[in-house]
Amino acid sequence: MVKKVIVEATINGDPVELLCEPRQSLLEVLRDELELTGSKEGCLTGDCGACTVIVDSRPVCSCLMLGVEAAGKNITTVEGLATGATLHVLQQKFLEHASLQCGICTPGFLMSAKSLLDHNPTPTEADIRYALAGNLCRCTGYDKIVKAVIDAAKHVADGVGTTHHGKVPRKSASEATRDMLGKGEEVK
Amino acid sequence: MHAINYESPKTIAEAVKLLAAHGEKARPLSGGTDLIIQLRAGTRRPEFVVDVKQIPELHRISFSLQHGLHLGAAVSCIELHENADMRRYYPGLTEAAHLIGSLQIQSRASVGGNLCNGSPAGDATPALIALGAKARVVGPNGERIVPVETFITGPGRTVLQPGELLVEFLIDAPAKHSSDAYLRFIPRNEMDIAVVGVGGALTLDLDDDRVVDARIALGAVGPTPIFAAEASKSLIGKKFDAAAIENAARLATSVATPIDDMRGTAEYRRHIVGVLTSRVLTIAAERARHNEQR
Ligand SMILES: Cc1cc2nc3c(=O)[nH]c(=O)nc-3n(C[C@H](O)[C@H](O)[C@H](O)COP(=O)(O)OP(=O)(O)OC[C@H]3O[C@@H](n4cnc5c(N)ncnc54)[C@H](O)[C@@H]3O)c2cc1C
Ligand code: FES
Ligand code: FES
Repeated sequence: MVKKVIVEATINGDPVELLCEPRQSLLEVLRDELELTGSKEGCLTGDCGACTVIVDSRPVCSCLMLGVEAAGKNITTVEGLATGATLHVLQQKFLEHASLQCGICTPGFLMSAKSLLDHNPTPTEADIRYALAGNLCRCTGYDKIVKAVIDAAKHVADGVGTTHHGKVPRKSASEATRDMLGKGEEVK
Repeated sequence: MHAINYESPKTIAEAVKLLAAHGEKARPLSGGTDLIIQLRAGTRRPEFVVDVKQIPELHRISFSLQHGLHLGAAVSCIELHENADMRRYYPGLTEAAHLIGSLQIQSRASVGGNLCNGSPAGDATPALIALGAKARVVGPNGERIVPVETFITGPGRTVLQPGELLVEFLIDAPAKHSSDAYLRFIPRNEMDIAVVGVGGALTLDLDDDRVVDARIALGAVGPTPIFAAEASKSLIGKKFDAAAIENAARLATSVATPIDDMRGTAEYRRHIVGVLTSRVLTIAAERARHNEQR
């Protein structure tokens, strides 16, 4: 019998206490425990990038990180991009450029792109393609995604957009944690 | 994934104690980019996962021209690439680390994990061998220093005994007019496993353009990474010219023992070893000529 462990982290600006089993990936914890289902599960081997989140300002495949490793970390998921009803400039540009079809890759692309713009607000097209190399899309052919990021970067550079964290829209991470902590302490 | 226990010790002593107490049932965790996949696939089934990332010694990059480099085993490839000393003094190792996976992978993957995973195709390993890197290993019976070229003993196997932890790499400061380079061949631009990888380090005497020291290492062309000793030795004392490069490339090719697989035939890989060896030596020499440090 393995005890669940309490992990304190900051998710989308909210301090949270996660209750997780050591074997759970951060992706499982986000999706199944916190009900933050924006991060997607694709390959579970680090190849597709659909599960990308930002951990202490670095893009990370949440399928290749344990939930318990989140202790003390600052994590941003796609739910943290919008500010209330106002979309993040990247989300807005993805819509304007029709950068998604089925959409399963989109949260991962958004987080990789956000991480890029946080580190380098004036990327070249090559910088963008390099930063997105860990994200796979089988629908769009990538061009529309790259165009959206170029456009978003232009707006960020002009001071129009924001890359600040917003609140989790549907259910805040701390609300989700409170629900989860009610679920019981041990698992078989 | 099967149930695991997770520990995150803050000191080497604590980590070694945990690893030693659980023996074969314990496994260090660095960036997890190999280990978590193996846990999920069930190819490794440790009961105890010992996260080594909280231990300060495993996390530092400390460089000086007097004392050389201490590179912590758990330093991520991104941190390595962002470090100005690494880029300036060890460009070959830095470019090898920067080739590993995507940015998401590099944010987590460490050079120590790349070596301890024991893959013959790990990109960092030939670059480390070329630099003459030594691995400082601490275990329940004390400390030992292992040259990186003897660290991997077979695919997925290393010299590490249960309870042992790779703490850091020790690398000499580059001599004047020395430098390194790493190239790999893959069929696309990013995100692939090396078909062939070659690391090289050179020290030149610019007065008569002679080679003072040389080390060449090969990846993905045998059951372990290979230190091409003969090829390296062939250069020392020679004038660094086309004939010397060609001879070294031929000798490097002769120690490669590649297999046929979906990434390429053995014959093709041997050919690529020669091509990459020439290119790596040329790049390392160009860098060495401009290295006026010291
Ligand atoms: C999508 C993807 C792409 C990749 N691309 C590349 C590539 O291009 N080139 C390449 O070379 N690799 C690549 N890899 C493999 C992987 O990223 C590297 O091997 C990485 O460097 C491993 O480091 P880590 O810190 O993640 O190790 P971990 O996964 O944490 O550990 C790897 C192994 O080493 C052991 N270990 C870790 N640290 C220590 C220590 N300090 N002491 C003792 N044992 C230890 C662990 O127990 C485990 O067995 C890729 C992986 C993925 C998922
Ligand atoms: S699900 Fe994590 S990279 Fe594909
Ligand atoms: S939109 Fe379908 S995978 Fe990218």
